[in-house]
Amino acid sequence: MGDKKTGWKELPEGDILEGGSSLKFKTGNWRNRRPVHILDKCIHCFICWISCPDNAVRVDSEAGKFKEFDYDYCKGCGICAHECPTQAIEMVDEQEAEK
Amino acid sequence: MKLARTGNEAFAEAMRQINPDVVAAYPITPATEIVQIFSQFVADGIVKTEFVLVESEHSAMSACIGASAAGVRAMTGTSSQGAALMWEMLYIAAGLRLPIVMALVNRALSAPINIHCDHSDSIGARDSGWIQLFSENVQEAYDNLIQAVRIAEHPSVKLPAMATTDGFILSHCLETLEMLSDEDVQKFIGEAPERPNLIKSLKEKKPITIGALDLQDYYFEHRRQAAEGMFNAKKVIPEIGKEFGKTFGREYGFFEEYKMDDAEAVAIIMGSTVGTAKDVVDVMRGEGKKVGLLKLRVYRPFPANELAAALKGKKAVGIMDRADGMSAFTGPVYPDICAALYDLPDGRPILQDYIYGLGGRDVTKEDIRYIFEEILKTAKTGQKDYTLKYVGVRE
Repeated sequence: MGDKKTGWKELPEGDILEGGSSLKFKTGNWRNRRPVHILDKCIHCFICWISCPDNAVRVDSEAGKFKEFDYDYCKGCGICAHECPTQAIEMVDEQEAEK
Repeated sequence: MKLARTGNEAFAEAMRQINPDVVAAYPITPATEIVQIFSQFVADGIVKTEFVLVESEHSAMSACIGASAAGVRAMTGTSSQGAALMWEMLYIAAGLRLPIVMALVNRALSAPINIHCDHSDSIGARDSGWIQLFSENVQEAYDNLIQAVRIAEHPSVKLPAMATTDGFILSHCLETLEMLSDEDVQKFIGEAPERPNLIKSLKEKKPITIGALDLQDYYFEHRRQAAEGMFNAKKVIPEIGKEFGKTFGREYGFFEEYKMDDAEAVAIIMGSTVGTAKDVVDVMRGEGKKVGLLKLRVYRPFPANELAAALKGKKAVGIMDRADGMSAFTGPVYPDICAALYDLPDGRPILQDYIYGLGGRDVTKEDIRYIFEEILKTAKTGQKDYTLKYVGVRE
């Protein structure tokens, strides 16, 4: 979405998009609270991974370990923090986190 | 081949000859017969059409949108409340640039409930991005529906199109129809020009999304494109009308001018009333009165410049509106004509509006003569006493 926007003459007609265009649309900027991972408390159960509606939890499946949050697509819904059985995810105010 | 056909039968026959891939429809008076007759063609196996029985007109138009987005020819037929129930989807069909073709039978909108003719339904959809063709008689309805396919699918247009008849007056009235052969219709409409579609995208394994969220970033550009389609339709409609004339002997333009050359008083009319009014013009011409009429065939796109050229220098023009736009000003066609003439540097006629025939109220030769006499009076005095008059309503 940061690309130069097309004028009407060049734009494909009829509101038609190539498949997979959501990759270009970083929905993470909607977020006002972000999940922060607390490694000490994490038991790597992957409940956060399976609960995430946006596939924004990255895990290392080989090692069986939680890896990271994908903040490009995490909308900050907090489902992961709510579902975490060991309170290993904390929701932090986005502006606080960026400081 | 000369046959006796009603407006609905003529529409159904045209649909049979067009042989669309999908027809989705829900019955409504007075358009019911169109798809009822067509469903018989489907049952008899004489068309290849997939006939989709739906639970409402909203679904009928939705199914047509799905089919058209998939890349095939889709058609439907409706009227009045049915068209109103399609409203939301009419805009979507146009916005997605889907060349769906609809046979629309003009009928009043409720309330009070009424099944008879006026133009409230089609005129209400004038801003939806559909091309709108009005028909004077059964022959024109048939010819218009066939041309609508070509116009809608033209690569520079890609907008849905409706051909209309007047409810009961044309839909149920038996007239002589010069029907083309199936081969001639197929040859005229040809293969649909290719456009981006779902079937193609899946075959090529390059999936596409149609109708994604557009918001502030791209909506305006997409609407601008659709508007360009409508501008282009102004070029395409007369070209196809001319080609139709060359091929089959009946030429069509934006409008027909009837005894307009030296006319001082002109009436502008859409739909079936034109036939009656032509008779009145003939009679009044016999009396030495300089009256003429302009039959507006294409309402959207609106042929503003062409109308201005045709009406320039006329002393007085009366617009006959078979719908009440409820604007507390005039009927809906009047302001369009007004706007078309406003930029004329000179020779701008005096305009008056006559709302008539709502809910199928009979419009007689006497009514039309009265209107012509009123326009003549304005032409003679050079000034008008009023802008709007309701004709045929009990005071």
